[in-house]
Amino acid sequence: MSDLLQFLLSGLTVGAVYALLALGFTIIFNASGVVNFAQGEFVMLGGMATAFGIAAGLPVPLAALLAILGTAALGVALNALAIAPARGAPVVSLIIITIGAAIFLQGAAGLLFDKQIHRYPGFSGEAALRILGATILPQSLWVIAGATLTFALLWLFFSRTLTGKAVLATANNPLAASLVGINTRAIMALSFGLSAAIGAVAGLLVTPITMTAYNTGVALALSGFAAAMLGGLGSPLGALVGGLLLGVLEALTAGYVSSQYKDAVSFILIILVLTFLPQGLLGRKSTDRV
Amino acid sequence: MLSVEGLRSRYGRIEVLHGIDIEIASGEIVCLLGANGAGKTTLLRCLSGVQPVAAGKITFRGENIVPLPAHRRLSRGLAQSPEGRQIFANLTVEENLRLGAWLYADDRVQRDMDDAFALFPVLKQKRALAAGGLSGGQQQMLAIARALMGRPTCLLLDEPSMGLAPIIVDQIFDVVRQMKALGLTVLLVEQNAFGALRIADRGYVLETGNVVLSGPAHELIESPRIREAYLGL
Ligand SMILES: Nc1ncnc2c1ncn2[C@@H]1O[C@H](COP(=O)(O)OP(=O)(O)OP(=O)(O)O)[C@@H](O)[C@H]1O
Ligand SMILES: [Mg+2]
Repeated sequence: MSDLLQFLLSGLTVGAVYALLALGFTIIFNASGVVNFAQGEFVMLGGMATAFGIAAGLPVPLAALLAILGTAALGVALNALAIAPARGAPVVSLIIITIGAAIFLQGAAGLLFDKQIHRYPGFSGEAALRILGATILPQSLWVIAGATLTFALLWLFFSRTLTGKAVLATANNPLAASLVGINTRAIMALSFGLSAAIGAVAGLLVTPITMTAYNTGVALALSGFAAAMLGGLGSPLGALVGGLLLGVLEALTAGYVSSQYKDAVSFILIILVLTFLPQGLLGRKSTDRV
Repeated sequence: MLSVEGLRSRYGRIEVLHGIDIEIASGEIVCLLGANGAGKTTLLRCLSGVQPVAAGKITFRGENIVPLPAHRRLSRGLAQSPEGRQIFANLTVEENLRLGAWLYADDRVQRDMDDAFALFPVLKQKRALAAGGLSGGQQQMLAIARALMGRPTCLLLDEPSMGLAPIIVDQIFDVVRQMKALGLTVLLVEQNAFGALRIADRGYVLETGNVVLSGPAHELIESPRIREAYLGL
């Protein structure tokens, strides 16, 4: 019983990270129709930049803030330099561009930072807490709380602000959005910046638990993509559900089967979802987006 | 108010507008007729800045607007209710209207919305519902109301009667007439030539990317060519 609780707790922690990754996929997908495989690099960069900021002597909140802002700026730049100029190209080409961008960001991070593995102490110490016979790191609570807060803020943004509505409108019907005077290019830039910032938040929260290195982005992107597909690409709620579900599935597989198979879960899930549930659990009908 | 000179536009390498000249005076209703594929929608897309212009000039209230992106053209007073309505299906009726006034954040937004509800009372009833659930006629009303929220001085309407019941079509043409009475200039694209010519001051006929006929509406309605090709008489 306490085993199961233990697996669930670690699954929820990882799942919260996947949910944030999937949310990043979702926001960019809605704005541009592109599946952005550089999303994992944003998570890596958030962790790496925070690690280097802390190592340079910055207080943790400042290091984290700089990491978020820097990564967001990179997201905007990625759109401006690689995606926006290729506007109108087939979506497959755009997706390949994002894969290229991911490889580039990974290489650049290897050069700019280094190729070592990094971590920093958890924000509230390292002593594990005990819950009903299971243990949880205080940093796990940070991850879960951070993801919850991010989703809540995003929900407020989309449901309560006119700019949020403009993002939804642009996703829903880009032509009509242009015709009502929405600068759809600015919305694209905003979406990339937002997704990158969300990725960075996930990275800086989870690095004390999982550690990070310049080459961790690809695996993260795959898991995030699997989570987004599972929940239904394009749905923020789907991102949340898909992320948590994938995290828990991975943890259960690692716990009850073998940790060697843990990473296979994402791949198998991608294949199963694509075959049997192309709209995901909470996805909209594909007619919504041509 | 709006003048188009030598306008050319293409999709890829295929040119579909071969040098269009059109002139619209302030306060006029001008209708644009033409068979399927003549280029009416393409012309309107060019005017709104969502379709590249290969050559030619578009002058709106004395300013060449060809270099302006779509959102700037709206801020100059040129709004469009596009073909196929293109409402934001996932958003509510009220959100659709509010986004129509995306460029504005003043008190007038609420007044304009009240005016829109007065013009189309059914939209007020359905204000909190997802726009995608509206009937075709209601969606068309929403598309027009949304364009009006953008505070146009010139309104471009692309086939507002398409696929609607005659009674709704009458209602929509009636609104267009009311708009004229309020001083709005209207460019009305229609397949329903008879209905359009009855409310228009002047008309142009487009065929495969060229203007082939133009004149006052009452003359066009008598023209044998129009009667044969578009009125089925
Ligand atoms: N996205 C597109 N790509 C390529 N060609 C297009 C595209 N849209 C329209 N065309 C072509 O351009 C020409 C003009 O089309 P347009 O839609 O402007 O005509 P229309 O007069 O509005 O027709 P309808 O009455 O059917 O709305 C047609 O030959 C059409 O096939
Ligand atoms: Mg058309």
